Amino acid sequence: MNEPFDAKSSENQYKLLGELTVPLDDSELFTATSVEHWKQVTEKIAWFVCLLATLVLIVPMMAILTYLLVQAWPALSFSFLVENPHNYMTAGGIWAPLVGTFWLVWISLLIAAPVGVLAGVYLNEYARDNWCTRIINLAVVNLAGVPSIIHALFGVGAFVMFAGMGRSLLAASCTLAVMTLPVIITSTREALAAVPRAFREACWNLGASRWQTIRTIVLPNSISGILTGVILQVSRAAGETAPILFTGAVFFSTLPEYGIQAFFPYGLGDRCMALSMHLFTLSTQVRGVTPALQYGTAVVLIGLVLAVNSLSIGLRVYLRSRKKW
Amino acid sequence: MDHAIQFDDVSVHYGGKTALRQITLAIPKKQIFGIIGPANSGKTTLLKCINRTLDFTPAARVSGKVVVAGRDVAGFRNVYELRRRVGMVFPLPVGLPLTIYENVAYAPRRAGIHDRAELEVLVEHCLHQAMLWDEVSDRLDMLGTRLSGGQQQRLTLARALSHRPEILCLDEFSIAIDPVTTMKIEDVLLELKEQMTIVLVTNLVQQARRLADRTAFLSAGTLIEEGETEKIFTQPVNRLTERYVNGEFG
Repeated sequence: MNEPFDAKSSENQYKLLGELTVPLDDSELFTATSVEHWKQVTEKIAWFVCLLATLVLIVPMMAILTYLLVQAWPALSFSFLVENPHNYMTAGGIWAPLVGTFWLVWISLLIAAPVGVLAGVYLNEYARDNWCTRIINLAVVNLAGVPSIIHALFGVGAFVMFAGMGRSLLAASCTLAVMTLPVIITSTREALAAVPRAFREACWNLGASRWQTIRTIVLPNSISGILTGVILQVSRAAGETAPILFTGAVFFSTLPEYGIQAFFPYGLGDRCMALSMHLFTLSTQVRGVTPALQYGTAVVLIGLVLAVNSLSIGLRVYLRSRKKW
Repeated sequence: MDHAIQFDDVSVHYGGKTALRQITLAIPKKQIFGIIGPANSGKTTLLKCINRTLDFTPAARVSGKVVVAGRDVAGFRNVYELRRRVGMVFPLPVGLPLTIYENVAYAPRRAGIHDRAELEVLVEHCLHQAMLWDEVSDRLDMLGTRLSGGQQQRLTLARALSHRPEILCLDEFSIAIDPVTTMKIEDVLLELKEQMTIVLVTNLVQQARRLADRTAFLSAGTLIEEGETEKIFTQPVNRLTERYVNGEFG
């Protein structure tokens, strides 16, 4: 025998539960409560705000790129890439600065990548967590935020003058390397820290040394993050003007346009042209330059940076597909 | 010296927290030594003292003396020698991000064995001992991390056996393994004790009773009682031990 439905006791339940009411019959069983309604609303708001932020980011970028491309269109051609500037830089192409930028970035990478990655390995894998390490970490993070002009002045003092390199490709590359190091160190540390500690402990318990653990387990599984950090810094080094302004870049120098000499025009002690610097010169220092030439230089510089970035994205996707846990 | 491991007045502090309090304990050779006790009683820390992996926890301070195979562990200039003698299996199964074969061959390779034939025999033997061979023999090149939790745990066991340790420390080795396989591994352990000393930390009190020759009961970092397993389970001296083994506390 079923007991008759006791309304009084369910009223008591209402009181006990306050706002969160318990459904009394089937019709109420599948109606959303006010909490669930609110959930739906907040979900939509969050989605919309995030989408808006992304659009705010993307729309100006696309606008800039389109504008640049349209303005630069008359100047863009293959000969624009492989000709030197001539007629006091009011005509011709960008071969000399392009090659200059290539070598600047390449040499700075050769310096910064090994030092930065190994320093990151030390800080994340070996260094004990004491006040000294913390100060070093703080310094590295802060160094990443130092304006590039400060790095330039440091480069003048340390490399051009103190180390006696003079204003040269080497001094400029070293300055770029110093500028990119902090971020390479930080991104390396973060990539290493993403490898679970349990893997390391398992290796140590098997009698592997720290270095064996790093070489066999930690580095192979963090290499995608490390490389991404390094490559992003390459594109930054390619775009910066200030660090090379005083340390090794020149307004103008002619290069051979043909043969092997065209690709290896600079010795380490020579000064060189660079794209970012060239753009600055064309825009502010030289009279009578057609705007198309300026925009063309900008497009090549941005194209270079975008190409390097897409390379890093591609590499990341490839390496992540091989990630093993 | 008839003891594989001796703890002499060992205390461990993590910062201000005491994990082990003046433990004095001798673990005889070629026996299974059970360690039981409620959570947070210092069982795992005790194991970490044996192969000095506690060194990797910077906050830990150890006092007292741990003697393994007649030598003070603090005196090992080369800790890799110590860790080669001690096999460790921790409760969280960790398959290294390598193939199954490489997982088991990892320690022998690090110890300098590079001969392919020798490695293959060794890997197969260890996987047999860990009762994993039948399940993985046709896919040794699969990633160890893709195995199920219980399989990974047996992989960990195979790995710990791969460098032929003199002492095998098992910390809750069976929590993710099904009962039937657990029983099979327990049989293997009983065979293995002919060759090595086994320290078995377990939350399954009955497992200690089945396997261990001697058992120690730890609570809150203190050694409450230690003795022949049968005695611990049937006539414990301490009231706390009695309540724990009968499942009334912990």
